[in-house]
Amino acid sequence: MRLALRIGRRIGIFAISLVGASLLIFMITKALPGDVAQVLLGIDATPEAVAKLRAELGLDRPLWVQYASWVGGMLVGDFGVSHVFPGQSVLSLIGPRLAVTLWLVGISMVLTLLIALPAGMVAALKRRSWQGVAVSSAAQVGMAIPVFWGGIIAVVVFAVWLRWLPANGYVPLTQDPVQWARHLVLPCLTLAGVQAAVLIRYVRSAFVEVLNEDYYRTARSVGWTPMRALWRHGVRNAAISLVTVLGLQVGSVLVGAIVVESVFALPGLGSLLLTAVNQRDLLVVQGTVMLLVLTVLGISALVDFSYLLIDPRQRTGDRA
Amino acid sequence: MTQPAPSTRPLSRLSRRLVAVLSALAMLMMVGCTTAGTPSEPPGHTLTIGATSEPDSMDAWHNAAAAIPQVVLYNVYETLVKVDADGKLKALLAQAWELSPDGLTYTFHLNPAAKFASGAPVDAAAVVANIERLKSDSNLVASLQAQASVMDSATAVDTHVVQIKLVHPSIMWLYNMSSTLGMMLDPSFTGDVATTTAGSGPYALKSQSKGQSVVLAPNTNYWGTPARFSEVTFRYYTDANAMNASMLSGDLDVISNLQAPDALSQFSDTSRFTTISGTTNGEVVLGLNHKTKALAKLEVRRALTMAIDRQQLLNTVWNGQGTLIGSMSVPTDPWYEDLTGTNPYNPDQARALLKEAGYAQGLTLRLRVPTFPYAQKSAQFVASALRDVGVTVKVEELDFTRWLKEVYGDGDYDMTIVAHVEARDLGNFALPNYYWHYGDPKFAALYNAADQAKTEAESITLMKEALRYLADDAAAIWLFALPNLVIAKSTITGLPKNATTLSFDLSTIAGG
Repeated sequence: MRLALRIGRRIGIFAISLVGASLLIFMITKALPGDVAQVLLGIDATPEAVAKLRAELGLDRPLWVQYASWVGGMLVGDFGVSHVFPGQSVLSLIGPRLAVTLWLVGISMVLTLLIALPAGMVAALKRRSWQGVAVSSAAQVGMAIPVFWGGIIAVVVFAVWLRWLPANGYVPLTQDPVQWARHLVLPCLTLAGVQAAVLIRYVRSAFVEVLNEDYYRTARSVGWTPMRALWRHGVRNAAISLVTVLGLQVGSVLVGAIVVESVFALPGLGSLLLTAVNQRDLLVVQGTVMLLVLTVLGISALVDFSYLLIDPRQRTGDRA
Repeated sequence: MTQPAPSTRPLSRLSRRLVAVLSALAMLMMVGCTTAGTPSEPPGHTLTIGATSEPDSMDAWHNAAAAIPQVVLYNVYETLVKVDADGKLKALLAQAWELSPDGLTYTFHLNPAAKFASGAPVDAAAVVANIERLKSDSNLVASLQAQASVMDSATAVDTHVVQIKLVHPSIMWLYNMSSTLGMMLDPSFTGDVATTTAGSGPYALKSQSKGQSVVLAPNTNYWGTPARFSEVTFRYYTDANAMNASMLSGDLDVISNLQAPDALSQFSDTSRFTTISGTTNGEVVLGLNHKTKALAKLEVRRALTMAIDRQQLLNTVWNGQGTLIGSMSVPTDPWYEDLTGTNPYNPDQARALLKEAGYAQGLTLRLRVPTFPYAQKSAQFVASALRDVGVTVKVEELDFTRWLKEVYGDGDYDMTIVAHVEARDLGNFALPNYYWHYGDPKFAALYNAADQAKTEAESITLMKEALRYLADDAAAIWLFALPNLVIAKSTITGLPKNATTLSFDLSTIAGG
């Protein structure tokens, strides 16, 4: 019963956050200076033509009517029609771009974990020897590198000097899997490298905490190696704080993806958002941002639910 | 509460998965490395061109974006006459043309071989159909609508001879017919011109992937010299560095116009790259709002012009690339004349003129510029130059959309800087409601007389006079003309030096 109440409350928070976010997104795009109709028609347009287009786009209606029709549409899966690409629905623009961003973010998150977990454990176990110091310093340096700079350096080294990989661009998986992979290597490694640097520090401190626990000492005293003791008992105990950090990182990976897409000329959500803002394609901006917000809020709800899986105590409310 | 008994199964499953993911990763890396040192050459002769602004559609008639004619003009859609790299009118669909003595009727003799990609002939009836379409389409881009309104009627005199009657004589009209206005669309085509093409040019649209590229394929039915490339790709970049990196890594054959001249040195290896530096139609204008009280005074406008060392500005802002101009005209215009000597750099005289105009105590002006690198850098230079003669300049940077609304639309500014990239666009100074609010009746009279002259020679003489008038009147301050900086692989030949039209004309380019 208490569990059901807890899950219900979490879903309620999720719904309220979504409504709040939609209001905020709507108001911010409306506050953007510049007239959509004027941008679309260019600098030669007559004022009459501009007024006519504004009416066609429904931009002359009261704000609350515009908001209601936008949210009402989204509830039935209609995100509206692009102002800039006539006749194209927002979802049909987002669809193919979403695939690119999902590949980029998904592969980068996996790589981040693959780098950060082992490295963080080494940094914790060997924190007093040179290996641990080396990992920690490398992470420190990695954190100081802005993602766009890292991307540019990767391009200069691997594409321009060594010519191993293409400098930028994208080929869909269905068209040519090899080219698809080659085009994703640099952007994914760039994004993962920077994210891993952040995560390593959390992994390290989570495991350092475990090293001081009684159950770890007991496991060691029966003859287990440090690595085995950490894998068996440490991972689950460190998981709560790591999952929290990972959930938060999804947001920063999405932001990083926008930058990486620009550096590597990937046709993903980030580059769509950038062009849409510049062209004042407001419904595309609103739809894309809403989707990103939905993702981040959804993941944070999932993170909360995952506590229940990781920590049995939380299922009963027993805080022993 | 006891800990669940540790079982070995989840661990081994986890490590098995870990191994699987790791090996997948290793394969991913190997994919990257197996092709090391052998950059893939595209099969056949293809051409990949890097560009910075992406077209929203292929429909140049209902969308004013210059990125559309960059792809389709001359390459996909042909015109009766075209403008070559020297700015001269040349035959294309029309082999010859003449103007009646009253300057009102143009007669075009069409090339009998000309046909659309569908196989239908480009005959007099097709030209008439196109002109009637332009005249009856009320949704046409405003500038095209204005250009089309100069035409009174079109008649097919013979299968291959067409006569077009104008409302009033207009030399500009013939130039307009060499650009978007004159693009001939197959009258039998019923599809959507935004997503398919139906022209008579050497190429046709193959595909467009939004956010990435436009691909052209040869028109196998082409009536003239066949296309040299089996595929031409325009690739679009939002980030100029990404475009330069693609060129350096060998993914691009050509950069259509380098955006940052500081990047030129990256391409200095002449065994790999060719750099072409020519002229464009883009005049970078320091626009003056003639509604601002101080700027309505000729002495002040002259003083501001004399306060700016434009050669120094060009060196600072654009690495010395580009051309100094003294009026609203570029070197490839038939009426171009070097007017850079009008109101030359002379800060002492500038101070004297300001004193004469009653601004000895100083003057404060707002300089509101769009966030384009050339405009931002120029604004800093101008602000410091004007400060030296006692004018306080408040620089404000606006993103282009906001600039369009507040500066261009509402005229809320004193000075601004923007490039005017249209060809032969001095006529804007004759429009009293244009954002400069100039509309000097003497200039308007001169310009209209020049446009409506009955012969081209007479028109050119009058245009020169109009341009001199603008320069003397310091109607604006012309900072410089943007250079046409093209980077190409050294194996590519035939790239035109100057960008005299909106088209990236593929007809002379070869190699790959």
